[in-house]
Amino acid sequence: MPLLSIQNLNTVFYSKKGEVKACSNINLDLEQGEIVGLIGETGCGKSVLGMSVLNLLPNNARISGKIIYKDLDLLNLPSNKMRQIRGKEISLLPQSPATSLNPVVKIGSQILEGFQLHRGMKKDIAINSSIKILNLLGLKNSEKNFKYYPHQLSGGMKQRILAAISITGNPSLLIADEPTKGLDALMKAQVVDLLHKLTKETGTSLLLITHDLKVASSLCDEIAVMYSGEIVERGSAEKVLNNPYHPYTQGLLKSMPEKGLHPIKGYSPSLLEKLPGCRFYSRCPLRNNKCNNSEVPYKEIDGTYVRCFGFD
Amino acid sequence: MLAFIAKRFLLLIVVLLGVTMMTFLLINIAPGDPAEMIAIARYGLENITADEIEQIRQSEGLDDPLIIQYFCWLGHVLKGDFGRSLITGDPILKEISARFPATMILAFISLIISLLISIPAGIISAVKQNSCIDYLTRTGAMLGTSIPNFWLGLLLILFFSVTLGWLPVFGYGEVRHIILPSITLGTGLAAIITRLTRSSMLEVLNQDYIITARSKGLYEKCVILHHALKNALIPIITIIGMQLGHLLEGTVIVESIFAWPGIGKLLVDSIFARDFAMVQACVLLFAILFVIINLVIDILYMFIDPRIHYKKEG
Repeated sequence: MPLLSIQNLNTVFYSKKGEVKACSNINLDLEQGEIVGLIGETGCGKSVLGMSVLNLLPNNARISGKIIYKDLDLLNLPSNKMRQIRGKEISLLPQSPATSLNPVVKIGSQILEGFQLHRGMKKDIAINSSIKILNLLGLKNSEKNFKYYPHQLSGGMKQRILAAISITGNPSLLIADEPTKGLDALMKAQVVDLLHKLTKETGTSLLLITHDLKVASSLCDEIAVMYSGEIVERGSAEKVLNNPYHPYTQGLLKSMPEKGLHPIKGYSPSLLEKLPGCRFYSRCPLRNNKCNNSEVPYKEIDGTYVRCFGFD
Repeated sequence: MLAFIAKRFLLLIVVLLGVTMMTFLLINIAPGDPAEMIAIARYGLENITADEIEQIRQSEGLDDPLIIQYFCWLGHVLKGDFGRSLITGDPILKEISARFPATMILAFISLIISLLISIPAGIISAVKQNSCIDYLTRTGAMLGTSIPNFWLGLLLILFFSVTLGWLPVFGYGEVRHIILPSITLGTGLAAIITRLTRSSMLEVLNQDYIITARSKGLYEKCVILHHALKNALIPIITIIGMQLGHLLEGTVIVESIFAWPGIGKLLVDSIFARDFAMVQACVLLFAILFVIINLVIDILYMFIDPRIHYKKEG
């Protein structure tokens, strides 16, 4: 049984302009200790999917479908039970370290509150444990840092502090939301190293949300490619990145600088738009009449699930 | 830090010079002969003669040029001598210090009442955005900001004192006497702070660090009161500081309505009686309070927002 199983997940935001369908019919499984990458361009609904699992979306969002974690149905859990899951079972490594730490609360307190809540530790024991974790993450002199406020730390330090916070509860699943966004090459490598260490040493599963294909390829076991709210291709990282089937995945890979920087023409459709067929239709080089008219089913080709009529 | 406070005190002197000069000018521009008013107050309307008025003019220095009158007064004040009331002849310092506590009690109680109502109301309104309770709070806050306090005061007297007979119309010294004046004075402030707390909380609750806090599995109470409120308080403190000045302003009207024996009423009475010396002293006191409140707020910032430090410039 998978650790996390997302079944037919639909996340809709109700806005003044209409219904924004950020995730539609998402199916995704994550095994214990596995690293699954969720890749796709900005605005395709990757982060919303991650936040749906934690049930941390704004009030105007409606989530339907099923999210099964261990044997709990997360979407039907009372809010107090869901709160106990957060941080302890499933935790979040948020994007943008610059804004994800509370600017008016000391670092120490922000790290320790998780320890005290999830492990019932006394303050001095919690301090020792968090220093151990910060050392593991390569942050020396961490006791001194405890007295600082976030604005007194560098971006890399904040990232590590956030990483430490996300593993304080010893979670079984970590959701990393664009952990390398806006970082320079050196920092990026450090974060990849960090995530690798975290998952391999503790056996934590990782749902890695990223638009950085290089980061995804160096970390992930499995990869799901998202486009305009849907998963269009899903399979082992090696196959998806080296031998992609879906024209979007192919286009995404071609747009990498190493592969000649050929961007996909056109724009992805607004999530407000309801389309009868494939959402990639207008940009697809392989489109035919069928694509624009009927719901596209998943097709299994050589262990990879692809949502495209092009392989019939 | 100390340098910052010293700098602010230097600024205080400039502000106070400006304020006293302005009031001195304004009082003298106002119509009516002060010497005549003083003579009427001292001897009664029927008994005064032109000679007596002239005598008062001479003895109080009222025929000197304005600038000389001003510096003469300033010189005395610097020596700690505020002079005597032109009407009653009592020392001004004695009169003001006797009335000062009444104003401070009224302002303080009003502040406490309005904070106790507005901050929780604003938080609840923000957390339960667009709910019934949010609409109620917002309507209440809008009414509170639009109702002028002289009207609210009269309305409260009419209802609670005249119709129901629960509370006294005026008086001083007991708890029941302060209820109506402090509600009258505090309503406007409470309404403003409620609206500000709501909008400030709404903004903070959308920040990334609130998601981080929630993702840790913290209790919602801790997320709201510890993580969100601490950030939301920064603009709230600013506005409270600015509004405290208006609260002092409000005492002038509210004290007059409820015959509250404070500085506000003293100021109004002195203006009507053309008791220049008294008016000047009251205005000076208000100005000092105003500037000190602002200084205290600036210092408070440092404790609330660790990003602010006055030690380093810029």
